[in-house]
Amino acid sequence: MSQSLALRAGMLSIALLAAFLVLWQFAVSGTGTTQQMDPEYAKLMGLTATQGKSAMPGPMDVGAKLWEHLRRPFYDNGPNDKGVGIQLAYSIARVLTGYLFAFLVAVPLGFLIGMSPLFSRALDPFIQVLKPISPLAWMPLALYTIKDSNASAIFVIFICSVWPMLINTAFGVATVRRDWLNVAKTLELGTWRTAFQVILPAAAPTILTGMRISIGIAWLVIVAAEMLVGGTGIGYFVWNEWNNLSITNVINAILLIGLVGMVLDQLMARLQRLVSYSE
Amino acid sequence: MSPRPLIRIEGLARRFPEPSGKSTLTVFEDVWFTVDPGEFVCIIGHSGCGKSTILNILAGLDRPSEGTVIVGEQAIDGPSLDRAVIFQSHALMPWLSASRNIELGISSRHRNWSSERVRAHAQKYLSLVHLDGSENKKPAQLSGGMRQRVGIARALAVEPKILLMDEPFSALDALTRGALQDEVLAIRRATEQTIFMITHDIDEAMLLADRIVLMTNGPKARIAEIVENTLPKDRQRTDLHKYPNYYPLRNHLLEFLVTRSKELAGGVGAGDPRAPVIIRPVASASTAAETAIGTSTQSSAPYRSRPAPTRVIAHANGSAVTPGADTALKRISRPT
Repeated sequence: MSQSLALRAGMLSIALLAAFLVLWQFAVSGTGTTQQMDPEYAKLMGLTATQGKSAMPGPMDVGAKLWEHLRRPFYDNGPNDKGVGIQLAYSIARVLTGYLFAFLVAVPLGFLIGMSPLFSRALDPFIQVLKPISPLAWMPLALYTIKDSNASAIFVIFICSVWPMLINTAFGVATVRRDWLNVAKTLELGTWRTAFQVILPAAAPTILTGMRISIGIAWLVIVAAEMLVGGTGIGYFVWNEWNNLSITNVINAILLIGLVGMVLDQLMARLQRLVSYSE
Repeated sequence: MSPRPLIRIEGLARRFPEPSGKSTLTVFEDVWFTVDPGEFVCIIGHSGCGKSTILNILAGLDRPSEGTVIVGEQAIDGPSLDRAVIFQSHALMPWLSASRNIELGISSRHRNWSSERVRAHAQKYLSLVHLDGSENKKPAQLSGGMRQRVGIARALAVEPKILLMDEPFSALDALTRGALQDEVLAIRRATEQTIFMITHDIDEAMLLADRIVLMTNGPKARIAEIVENTLPKDRQRTDLHKYPNYYPLRNHLLEFLVTRSKELAGGVGAGDPRAPVIIRPVASASTAAETAIGTSTQSSAPYRSRPAPTRVIAHANGSAVTPGADTALKRISRPT
């Protein structure tokens, strides 16, 4: 009973994982119905048809393949055979590029909207209409105008991550406490010092919340975008392995996408803690 | 002859448009009074009489609908480092340390100072409010009283001509409030800082203020009278109730807040709003009879006929700029 909550929670997590893996193994180890068939034909069919083996890989298969991937993450055997490390690196690079552009647009524009009731009202209808559009709906338009699949994927990331940052920045700036602005006025801080030394730090936690939501959405969207544009990236890898009928690789990719998403989110959370303040 | 006033508030009024948009709501109007250099003036009135609005106008954070505020020789136009504000809710930046909060104003006042000089100046004012050792703490790590001390240091550090205090101690517990009042009293005696302060607390006003401006209830609030503090200049908080003028002064203020602020609300002012009635409540032992100093033209004002503690009433005559400067003296006898 003296064990700490963290330790008990960790043990429970491990137990749940173990139970899931055992169930998984059990579910795929049985054999299904088989048919008698011509031996020549049976050669063409896989083990699923001839021995009733499940097509779904078990945890051991996935683990073995994952180990293989992790041992050689960066090999490059041509367009259709690259290591997952390379594929993930392509995806991360696209996400960060689109995200950076979104940041450069959203934060200054959000500042303007937050500080000016005129711009807030004038831009509101555009934001309300553009915000709910699925980022992938922009893809054909992007491909047609930009005429580059890689840049189009980056544009899709830009368009999906710009809204949460824009809206949160505007909200954070508009809701800076009146008292602090009054202090800035009575201390004659001037426009720029007020913006950078009062409004920005006051709104920073809200802005970071928007940035954290944005990076999450961007990572969700990149997989779908890369399935469409193809060529490189973890989204393309998933689709390619599906075409190869390698469910093992698909599961591995899913796992890796989750892990990378978690790391991105944790990085933003750390940044958020850095700028947060308690009153 | 009093010195030339540092602040002249002339015919100030603030009106807000009604939600319907057709008429306007007058919070206060025809407010005239002055503050001399080195003087400590308190303003007392119920919520809604517009005293915070008057302070905000003085600070330059709000604009009057009518009238002007003249500081020195100039009508004010917006906020200035010469008029520092101590806010009710301390209004410290929570992401900055105590020292950095104070440095913000100093570096704005002295743009060419090095950061070491700014920090040393901030340290000086932190010491003044007895916060040595807390310079690197964030406001969240400080107690309510300590935060307000930082707020006081921030205001004083820009060396303003006028200190404006908006109920600075109302959010503090009684013990902390007392300690901070003593602090303000000591700083004020040392620096002769001109201070204008809003308060709800009669004892606070009696301890700190030289003159106490009483406002009638809003809407259409105005100055009912200005009470001179008749307690000795070197008064101490612990001895306050021992002074002979303590009860006459306190009863007069209390009675005003309890009944007369309501009775006088919304009505037309008794007399010239440019020269509010000046009251000097003193103990009967020192004057033997109820006396009034004034021009007697407004001595029949209704509130003066009620039984009241004995006092001397001084009434300003005519001059809008320096009320009380040329008052004539006249004794009237009153029934007890």
